[in-house]
Amino acid sequence: MLKFENVTKRYAETGDVLRNVSFHLHHGELAFLTGHSGAGKSTLLKLIAVIERCNRGAIWLDGENLSAAKESQIPYLRRKMGFIYQDYKLLKDRTVFDNVALPLVIAGYGHQEISRRVRAALEKVGLSGKEKKYPMALSGGEQQRVGIARAVVNKPPLIIADEPTGNLDPELASEIMRLFESFQQVGVTVLIASHDISLISKMNHRVLKLDHGQLILG
Amino acid sequence: MKRIPKRSQTREGRNSSRYTGVARADFKRTLKPGGLIVDKLKAYRDLHAHALFSSLGRLVASPFNSIMTIAVLAIAIALASGFYLIMKNFNQLAGNLETTAQISLFLEDGVSETEAKHYAEAIGRNPDVREVKLISREQAMAEFKTHSGFGNAISVLKTNPLPVVLQVLPRGGLEDKQKLERLLQTFRTEPYVDIAQLDLQWVERLHSILAVSQHAAALMNTLLACAVLFIAGNTIRLELHNRREEVIIARLVGATRSFIQRPFLYTGFWIGFISGIVAWFIVTVMMLILRQSVEKLSSLYNDFFHLLFFDFSETLLLILTASALGVVGSWVSLQFLLQEAKLE
Repeated sequence: MLKFENVTKRYAETGDVLRNVSFHLHHGELAFLTGHSGAGKSTLLKLIAVIERCNRGAIWLDGENLSAAKESQIPYLRRKMGFIYQDYKLLKDRTVFDNVALPLVIAGYGHQEISRRVRAALEKVGLSGKEKKYPMALSGGEQQRVGIARAVVNKPPLIIADEPTGNLDPELASEIMRLFESFQQVGVTVLIASHDISLISKMNHRVLKLDHGQLILG
Repeated sequence: MKRIPKRSQTREGRNSSRYTGVARADFKRTLKPGGLIVDKLKAYRDLHAHALFSSLGRLVASPFNSIMTIAVLAIAIALASGFYLIMKNFNQLAGNLETTAQISLFLEDGVSETEAKHYAEAIGRNPDVREVKLISREQAMAEFKTHSGFGNAISVLKTNPLPVVLQVLPRGGLEDKQKLERLLQTFRTEPYVDIAQLDLQWVERLHSILAVSQHAAALMNTLLACAVLFIAGNTIRLELHNRREEVIIARLVGATRSFIQRPFLYTGFWIGFISGIVAWFIVTVMMLILRQSVEKLSSLYNDFFHLLFFDFSETLLLILTASALGVVGSWVSLQFLLQEAKLE
């Protein structure tokens, strides 16, 4: 599903941020990506989103080489991934419905289809009935769930979450984690970057650990 | 704070979530012939309609900025189309003058008035001649006295030194220069005629002056078109800056370049379109202000000139050009900015 082969990423200013990273996430696998700050977690996620390109090695998503993708192909590759961010990245001047609908609008779905899927996604994350609310009117946990609904509404085979529970209290955090597990159970591959060791250890899943750009556990 | 309902979790456990159920329904839907393509086309049309109206909505939502931009654009476009209209009016004026081109025949000193009269009648029968007007020595002298300013000096003269003059109006305009030249040559060989003069030179001068001004106007209009492009481009740059977050998020969820560009291109279209209409009003109002004095001037010259306004096709062309400049300016701007814009 997602495969890193000897990936190295170097920045002119800071040197190697990732060195010879290799791992393989299979279909329907849930894994945590952890490590101290500056270990290269966000860089690794940026490589998956093709925001950055690696200097050496290859990244494969479902048989497609992300590191060699043409500029024009990138939007279509990103539609196969759902991204969830610590700061939610919601559009504050749009309703919950419009925020969740964005990937579908972009992919060119029809009106009815969008409406049906958005409602399904919102029900899935437990936000039915909040379609017309604006993000600022919601609590942090609810905003994060809007972000999750947006990430899954297009039914991507891969979900990437960057510190999804960073701003949430432990109870809400474990609730969000159970949500990710439910996606995994229907065959979605999930990669969660987090440094919340206690939460990770409570859940019995694979852990990829980065240390100064190298994968020391995977 | 609403909790995630238990119900959906238990359904998850049975691996028959609403989600996968939806996926199966989708799969069936795609098998239905035609349905999906029609849906996609409809969705595409909706996207355009949405971009069209939402970009107009954004302009209305920040009226001060929009009015400033549109005012600057409209003035630039009004200048350009004003030049065009002035040239059009001058051309019309020159066209009217051309038809009044005439040949002057200064007759020999010894030719009497009666001889001149007979000769004028003979010329009048020439098919290439439309009209002949005889100016007698006395008439010529009287005219000269009143118009030349030498009135007193001339009255000192004992004899009238002026010849009889025939003013010949050729048939047809100046288009057939050779025909005019031929006519002139035949007059020159006539024994009665001392000097035959075709006043073509000043017409030619007028033509080259018009050609120069037309070139100058074309250059000015090119400059103004560039100004419109830059203003539109800069407006889009600001708009893009204001909506940076939205662009970044849209990119992260898989928006293509054209999806991101679309609303901005429509914004460019609207500012161009509205500026075109405003420019039309500016120029038309200015022409209406000018009209009275122009008509007065024209009445002194036997009403041979009337102010020309934009006709329908010119109005259409003006608005279309303005809209196109708005779109092109935005597009060029986006090509640079979207390349630079980094995510995060």
